[in-house]
Parts: sequence; structure tokens; C-alpha cells
Amino acid sequence: MEARDAFAWSGVEAGKCAAPTPLLTVEGVTLQYKTTDLLITATHRVDLTVYPSDRYILLGPSGCGKSTLLKAIGGYMKPVEGKIALKGRTVTEPGPDRMMVFQEFDQLLPWKTVQQNVEFALLASKRLSGKAATDRADYYIEKVGLAKFKDSYPHMLSGGMKQRVAIARGMAMEPDVLLMDEPFAALDALTRRKMQDELLRLWEDTRFTVLFVTHSIEEAIRVGTRILLLSPHPGRVKAELNSLDPSELGTARQSQLETRINDMLFGH
Amino acid sequence: MALSTLPRDGIIHRPEIIREVGEAGATVKAEASLSLPERLYQVAALRKALVLIGLAVIWQAYGLWLDNPLLFPSFTDTLQAFFEGIVSGIIPARAWISLQTLLIGYGIGIVLACLLTTLAIGSRIGTDLLETLTSMFNPLPAIALLPLALIWFGLGTGSVVFVIVHSVLWAIALNTHAGFRSVSTTQRMVGLNYGLRGLTLVRKVLIPAAFPSILTGLKVGWAFAWRTLIAAELVFGVSSGSGGLGWFIFENRNLLETANVFAGLFSVILIGLVVENLVFATIERRTVRRWGMQS
Repeated sequence: MEARDAFAWSGVEAGKCAAPTPLLTVEGVTLQYKTTDLLITATHRVDLTVYPSDRYILLGPSGCGKSTLLKAIGGYMKPVEGKIALKGRTVTEPGPDRMMVFQEFDQLLPWKTVQQNVEFALLASKRLSGKAATDRADYYIEKVGLAKFKDSYPHMLSGGMKQRVAIARGMAMEPDVLLMDEPFAALDALTRRKMQDELLRLWEDTRFTVLFVTHSIEEAIRVGTRILLLSPHPGRVKAELNSLDPSELGTARQSQLETRINDMLFGH
Repeated sequence: MALSTLPRDGIIHRPEIIREVGEAGATVKAEASLSLPERLYQVAALRKALVLIGLAVIWQAYGLWLDNPLLFPSFTDTLQAFFEGIVSGIIPARAWISLQTLLIGYGIGIVLACLLTTLAIGSRIGTDLLETLTSMFNPLPAIALLPLALIWFGLGTGSVVFVIVHSVLWAIALNTHAGFRSVSTTQRMVGLNYGLRGLTLVRKVLIPAAFPSILTGLKVGWAFAWRTLIAAELVFGVSSGSGGLGWFIFENRNLLETANVFAGLFSVILIGLVVENLVFATIERRTVRRWGMQS
């Protein structure tokens, strides 16, 4: 396993700094699910290690089991083989220490306002109560720039705003890891780009750990610090790469990396 | 004419047009208020009132023309009978008796529907039970059970409550169950993510998420209950000591007080309208409409 400094991640060789403790470990995880007449193996013996403040990307074509893997880490399904552990504790069920941000816009509860949606997460999970919950909710709603809309109901918001609320809700819980399942895939290209930049800006503030699923190579390079490439049918680890420093985006190195990833995923 | 000669490349070339907006725009008003009749026509309540007045006029004209109060009392006769009934306290008392029976039946129906749906979302066999029972009993008219109810519960409120429960239960259970099943997987996962489990998850996520369907079930159940009640009272209210509105209608028919029969029907309609347009409409406006779950 490679160990690396979270702040100087671009191309740093393993073992130069003291080995940090991993936050999330996935060891030899095989995931299967049943449809009406088939038993489908979504991933086969996948290993990965996430360290604090990682922006860890699960990248692969559709059918590589990346979303299923994220759901298993979320605790929604049990591996038939292998082990998933967060801070050394085996993951057995969903919990507020791993907040999910989904792709679907209906992930916000429609009967609650923006403010109530964020606050309810804190109250329901018993993380905070009363004024502390209100203040924390306000703080994160302000952070994603929706202070003006905090009394609006979700149906009055645009898709990008809904995803921002979902991110605010995830961050407000201050989980050990934020699990994002193609959160920007349903947005238009311009909004998606804006949201990616905003996510990076938020990360600069608090350096939270995020596990991000995407099928877009460009998004993976832009958002991630480290990229896990999965092959399809069933998902197996093809490579684990370091991404680029934001200053290198738009340079030749970006297109080099894109080509390299593309070749690895679709080359052979 | 420049356009009449077709250029060689097939595209009709013409000069660009750039206009100074404002030179002519000074005299154009962007907004103008509608005239008073036009504005009044926009008010739904006013249009409906117009329909009602129209119907009343036709009723009155036909009643006067027929001139047979035994067969068809005029609108004013009915109105008079209605207000006399209100003043003498007979209609309110009868309506109150009807409503009491109705609320008891409706309440029991809701509780049973909750139990059945809880069983249904809790287990596969519970789902099968609910589906089988609803497909068996939902098409069965409540009144058809009345002879049986009379044998089991005798003449009186018990039998009426029984048939009301029957008419309410399946409609509510069916709709609530459908509502729970249509709650999006994402919202369920969100609830689980917060650490909510079991009944807390049902109460805090599933019930609000399924609320549009639950409300539909309650509305349909209410309408069924109201119809069943009046019908049941008409059929066997004869022998019960203190009848409700149905019994009032039946009694007055026997006395050939047709205006009172109409007044009784009028009360039934009125109560139905009030519950539908005030109670349920208010709940709808404050919940599902506001949440954007129903347009």
C-alpha cells in the first residue's frame, strides 16, 4: 500500500513521510446481488484504502460496480467476501458517520424546507439538538451559498441548488467520510462544472474526506486526489492513480492523464 | 424587387435589421389592468356561485311550473323547510347523530387500515394478506353486508358502524399501502443513513413521503362512509329509536313531506361539500400542495 501526504499528493513517492492511519479500508470485497433470475457479481475482491482528507474517486464505465461498492461502504449491502472497515470498525449498517449524497434530486425530503432538511439530519441522528442544530444547519447552508433560500421547499429549487443542499446536509453532519454517488451526473454541463469547483472550494475550507463515484474521466481528474480505476463485469481494481494538482488542470499533463486512463479502461 | 431574383447559392441574401426600441415604444403600455368583469370572471368561487344560482333558478322555475309540492317542491319551499328544520333543531340533531356514527366508523376504519398496512409493510405474507383481502372485499358494496350485520349486531348503531368500517377500511388500506410502496428508494436510504430504523423510520420518513396517497385514501374513505351511512339509515332506520339524516329523509317521505325530504338531501349535500372543500382542501393546501408533492 502506498502512503502519502494529503497536502502534497501529486506524484509524491510512497514512504517519504510517516505512515498515516487509514480511515477506510476495503479488503477483498466481493459484492453480489440478485435480480429475478440472475445472481450478479458486481465487484470481485476489490481492495482500497482511503486516508483522511482524501478526495478518493471510484472511476469506471457503467457496470463496473462502483455505485454498488459505494452502497456497501454506506452499509446498505453486505459483502459476500472480504471486509469493509471505517476507523477499524467493521461496517454493518448505514449510519451518520458515512453520509451519502445521491445523484437523485429527490434525496431531499420534500415536506421540509432547506433549513429543516439539514437540521432534521442532525436531529434524527441525535448528533445535535435545539439551537446547536439550527446554528450548524445555518452555517453550512451559508457555506453552500443558499442562505437566501433556507425557507424554500425543495420543489422550488433548481437541480444544482438541490445538490448543494444535499452537500450542505452531508457536511453539516461532519461525518468521517462523505460518500458521493455521481452527485453531479444529472446536472447540465455548465452547472456541473460550477459544482465541481464549489466542492473543491468547500474542501479547501474543511479538508473533509470524500469518496466520489463518477464515470467521467475529466471529472475524476478535476475533483480527485486519487483515482481508483475499475474494470467492468465484474468490477475489479485495474489501477490506483494519483491525480493532478489543480494548477496543472488545462495543461498538457491533464490530457496525458486522460489518455492514460482512457487506454487503461478501454485499451485492452 | 431584390428578393425575386434567386441568388446562385440558393440562400436569399437580405440586409440586416437593427431597430431602435423605444422610439416607438414610448406609447406602448407593457401592462394593462383587466376590466372589472374580466377580473371577476377569474375568481373560481364566483363562477361556481353563478352555476349554483343558475341551477336554483331552473329548479324554482320548474317547481312553479309543475305546481305540485308533493312531487317536486320548489327551491324556496325546500329552503323554507330547511331553515324551519334548522330553527326547530331537528336537522342539526339528526345530522349530529349521523356524524357521530360516521366518525366512530371512520375512526375504527382508519385504525384497522393502519394495522393492516403495518402488517403489509412488515412482511411478505402481510402484503399478501392485505392484497387478497382488499381484492375480495373492496368490490363488495357495504350495503350488501347490511343483512348480515343486522343478524350479528341487531338493529342499531352497531350494524351501521360495521358497514361503515367495511366501506372505509379497504379504500384507506389500499391507498396507504400503495403510497408506502411508491416512496422512493433514495428517501428510504436517506432515512436509514440518519440512523432511523423501524417505526421511527415509518413515522418520520415513510408516512410524510406517502402522505399524498394517504390523503387520497382518507378522502375516498370519507365519501364512501358518508354514502354508506345515509343508505344504511334509509334501509333500516325505520326501527331504530333515534335515526340520523337518512332516517329523517325516510320518515318525511312516509309523511309525504316532500319539501322536508329535499331539505334532508340538501343537508347531506351541504355537509359533504363542507368537509370536502373546507377540511380536506385545507389539509391539502397546507401539506402536499405546499410541499410540491401535488400540483
